Amino acid sequence: MPHIVIIGNGISGITAARHIRKRSDARITVISGESEHFFSRTALMYVYMGHMRHIDIKPYEDHFWAKNRIELKHAWVQQVDAEKKHVKLQDGKTVDYDKLIIATGSASNKFGWPGQDLPGVQGLYSLQDLEAMELNTKGITRAVIVGGGLIGVEMAEMLHSRNIPVTLLVRETIFWGGVLPNEEAGLIGRHIIENGIVLRMGTEMKEILPCANGRVCAVVTRTGEEIACQFVGLTAGVHPNIAWLKDSTAIKTDKGVLVNEFLETNMPDICAIGDCAQFHEHPDLQRKNIEQVWYTGRMMGETVAKTVTGERTAYRPGHWFNSAKFFDLEYQTYGWVRHELQPGEEGHYWEHTNGKVALHLVWDQKSRVLHGVNSIGLRLRHEVFDRWLEAKATVDHVVAHLEEAAFDPEFYEKMEPLIRMSFKQAKTVTA
Amino acid sequence: MSKTDHSLSIADQHSGVLDGVQKGALTLASLGVLGLIVSLPFSTIPQPAIWLALSLSAIVAGTLWYAHHSYANKPAGIKNNGVWHSGLTTRGIAAWVVGILLTGLYILLYFYPEYLGQAAEGEQNKGLIALFDPLAQLLHGGPASQWFMYGTLYTVSILAMGYKFILKYRNNKYQIVRTISVMFFQLGFAFLLPELLARLSLPYNDFKNMWPLNYSFFDEWNVKGLIDAGGFGLFMLLFGVAMIFVISPILTYFYGKRWYCSWVCGCGGLAETAGDPFRQLSDKSTKAWKMERWIIHTVLVFAVVMTVALVYSYLGDSAKGFWVTRGMLLGIIGLALGSVATVVLVRPGMVKEVNNTIRFLALGLLVAIIGLTVHAYITGRGDVFFVESYPLRKWYGFFIGAIFSGVIGVGFYPLMGSRVWCRFGCPMAAILGMQQRFFSRFRITTNGGQCISCGNCSTYCEMGIDVRSYAQRGENIVRSSCVGCGICAAVCPRGVLKLESRSSAGGKVQDRVSSDPIAIGKTGATLR
Repeated sequence: MPHIVIIGNGISGITAARHIRKRSDARITVISGESEHFFSRTALMYVYMGHMRHIDIKPYEDHFWAKNRIELKHAWVQQVDAEKKHVKLQDGKTVDYDKLIIATGSASNKFGWPGQDLPGVQGLYSLQDLEAMELNTKGITRAVIVGGGLIGVEMAEMLHSRNIPVTLLVRETIFWGGVLPNEEAGLIGRHIIENGIVLRMGTEMKEILPCANGRVCAVVTRTGEEIACQFVGLTAGVHPNIAWLKDSTAIKTDKGVLVNEFLETNMPDICAIGDCAQFHEHPDLQRKNIEQVWYTGRMMGETVAKTVTGERTAYRPGHWFNSAKFFDLEYQTYGWVRHELQPGEEGHYWEHTNGKVALHLVWDQKSRVLHGVNSIGLRLRHEVFDRWLEAKATVDHVVAHLEEAAFDPEFYEKMEPLIRMSFKQAKTVTA
Repeated sequence: MSKTDHSLSIADQHSGVLDGVQKGALTLASLGVLGLIVSLPFSTIPQPAIWLALSLSAIVAGTLWYAHHSYANKPAGIKNNGVWHSGLTTRGIAAWVVGILLTGLYILLYFYPEYLGQAAEGEQNKGLIALFDPLAQLLHGGPASQWFMYGTLYTVSILAMGYKFILKYRNNKYQIVRTISVMFFQLGFAFLLPELLARLSLPYNDFKNMWPLNYSFFDEWNVKGLIDAGGFGLFMLLFGVAMIFVISPILTYFYGKRWYCSWVCGCGGLAETAGDPFRQLSDKSTKAWKMERWIIHTVLVFAVVMTVALVYSYLGDSAKGFWVTRGMLLGIIGLALGSVATVVLVRPGMVKEVNNTIRFLALGLLVAIIGLTVHAYITGRGDVFFVESYPLRKWYGFFIGAIFSGVIGVGFYPLMGSRVWCRFGCPMAAILGMQQRFFSRFRITTNGGQCISCGNCSTYCEMGIDVRSYAQRGENIVRSSCVGCGICAAVCPRGVLKLESRSSAGGKVQDRVSSDPIAIGKTGATLR
C-alpha cells in the first residue's frame, strides 16, 4: 500500500486527501503545523467577529478523519528529501512517502517597508495571524490597513465589528482597481465608506513608526502625512508559502513550486497544488500562473487525487468563477470581466437606483458571445452561467433569459426587467 | 414567555458592550418586568388596568427602542457580531440565570398557578393574574386565568421581538414577510380569535393549532363541546380534521413544512422571534441528529397510541353522540396507517436511506397498532392497548405537553437553542417532516461551486442541521427537520443557498434529493 503524504491541511490538501481516499486504499497522512484539523480559512474573520467559534469553521467533525483513515500529523515540515523520499519535520523526525503533495498555501506580502516587523504590524492569512490579531487589537483606538483587496476589506470589517476606527490605505485610485471595473469599484468603495471606514485612495505607505514602547505608533504616507495608530494590517496581497523549501533544492521553484499542467513538479512523485503552486504555463491562458483562490485550490486537489492514484489528469478548471462579500454586499463573477474592456469587447453596466445592486455584462463585439458577468447584491445561478459560457451564448440570449439564472431568495424585487430595460435603452460601451 | 428573557435576550449583540441608549432602553423594559413581578404578593390590585398597561408599555417601548437604536441607523445587513463573545448567547452565567427564571415560570404556570395568583373555584384572582383581569374582561368578558396571562405575554413577546427581528434581517424580504406572518397568526388566530369566540359563547378554538401538536383536540370534552356547539362547532371539528388529513399535506407538498413551522405555528413564532438570539446553540453533531430521529418519532408514536386509545375508550358501538363508532374508528386507523404503508411499499426508493432496523420497527408498530385495535374490537375491550387511556393521556400531557414543550422547550432556550421542542419533541413536526422528506417539492438548492465551507449556515441553523455538509458538496438539502426559516440562505456570505418549492427539472419529487454533482471543471471536478 503506497503512502501518500500531503503537506498542508487547507482546502487543496484536504480535498486531495478526501478524493484519494474515495479512489484508493492508500495510506494517507496530512501534515500541518498550523492546525490539528482542517478549517475554512475564508471563515477566520467570522471567528474574530464573534459570528462563530473555531470549532464552527471546521467543515468536518473530528471523528471524520479516523473514520476515513486519513492520518493527521500536527507538525511543521522543515525539508523535503526527494532522494530518500522522506520529509524532515522540525522536531527532527522524518516521514517516509511514496508520493508527496505540497499544498502549503500562501503567506502575506511584505514589501520591505521600514517598521514592517514591529509588534502590532501583521497580515491575515493563518490561524496564528488570527490569534496575533486578537492580542494586537486589544484596547486600541485606531487601526490602519494597507492594501485595498479582499483581505484588506475583510480586516476592516473585522475591526469595525469591534468598534475600532479603521483607515484603509489603497494605492490605486479606486477600490480593488486591478480586478474590478470602475463602476463596481465605485459602488463598493461607497459602501465601505458608508460603513464608517476612512477610505484613502491613491495613498501609499512609506514607513511604520515605533513608539517608545517598541510597538507601532503611526504610519507615514508617501506624502509625509502621519496617521497615528496602534495596529497596522498588511494586506497587499499574498505570495506562495515556500520559504520552508529553501533547503530542499532538488525541487524547482520560482515564486511558487513550479508545476506542469498535471500539477507535477520536476521531481518524480512530488506534486504541488493550490496557492503554493506556480504553473510554467497555465493550461488556461486567461489565468495567472499562480491562482490564490479557494475554488481553484479545491479543483487542483481533486485533480491531483486522480493523478496520484494512477489516472494522470491535467488540471482543466473550466470557466472562471469567484465570489466575495464586502461588508453587506455580495459579489459574484462568472467568466471574465476585466477591470477594463479588452480590445474587441463591449460591456453594459446596470445599477439599481438604490446603489446596492449592480450587474455588469461583457461580451465580444463582433459575435456578441458573452465573456463574463459581475454581479453585486444579486445572486446568480452558477450552473446556468457555466452552461451559457460553455455554449457560447450571446449576450442577447443571456439578457432575454436572465430569470433562469435568478438565485435571490423568494419575495425579492425582480431585477431582470430593470436590467433588460436598461440593456435595451443603453448605448453600449466599446473598448 | 417571561419578560425577563425578553429584555435580556436582545442585550448583547455588540461584543457585550452596551451604549447609553441601549442601557436606557433595557432599563425601561426591565422596569416593566419589575412592574409585573411586584404585583405577585398583592391580593387585590389597585387599578389593575393602568398597572398592566404601564408595565406592558414599558416592556414593549423598551424593546422597540433598543431594537431601533441597535439596528435602524446602521446599513441593512445581518450582523451577528459578538454573538459568541456574549455570555447570554453562549451559555454563560446570564444564560443560566435567564434559563432558570424561565424554567421556574413554566413550572409555576403548569403546576403551581396559585403562586401566580390563579384563583381557586369561585374566588377572585390575585397578584399577577389579577393584573390581567381587565384585559380578559375586555376580550372575552370573564376573569383572566394563568393561560390568559401566558397567552398575552407570549403574544407581546412575539410582536415586540418580531419587530426586532424584522429590523435585524431587514435586508431580506423573505424574513420580513415570514415574520409578519407569524406575528399575524399569533395575534389573530392564537390570541384574539379564540377570545372573541369565547365572548360569543362558542368553543375556544385556535384554528391553526392542529392535532397532534394540539393533543387535546380529540379529547372527549373537546369533541363533545364542538359537536354540542352546533353548526359552527361542527365546522371547527371538521376543519380540524381536514387540517390534519387534507389541508396540511397539500400545503406541505407545495411549500414544505415551513408553511406551518416558521410561518404559522405559535411555538415556531416564539422561537423565530424571542428565540432568535439563541438559534446558534443547537447541536449540529451527527450524534444529535441520530438522537433527534429516535426521540421525535417516539413522541409521535406515543401521541398516536394515546389518541387512539383515548378516542376508542369514549366511543361506543353505536354512533350516538359522536357519529363515529369503534368499528368506524378502526376503519379510519386502518385506512390511514395502511395507506402510509402502501405508499412506502409502492415507492420503496423513497426510504432507501432508512436502515432495516428502522424499517422493521416502523412496520412492526403499524401492525401492532392495527392488530391491537382489531383485537380490542373483536373482544370488546375498552382499553385498546391494555392500558387505561386516561392515565395515558395524563402522562402525555405531563411529560410531553408540559415538561417537554413548555419547561424544556422554552425554558431551555438560552441553554439548548430555540427549537428544542420543534426538533426533538413535536409530533406535528414529525408528521410534516416525513411529508417534507418524501412527498414535497421543497428543498434548499446550492449554487454550483460557490460554497467556501465557512459554516455560517450550519451555525445559525436553529434545527441543528449541518447545512454546510451538503452545501460544500453541491447537494440539495432535503431534511425532514428543516423548518424553512431561510436563515442559512440569509447568512451565507457567497449566495450559495436558496429555498425552493418550484417543481424540479425532472418534475419528480425524487429529483430534488439526488441532485447531480455539478461539473465545475472541464475534467469533471465534482465537489463530492
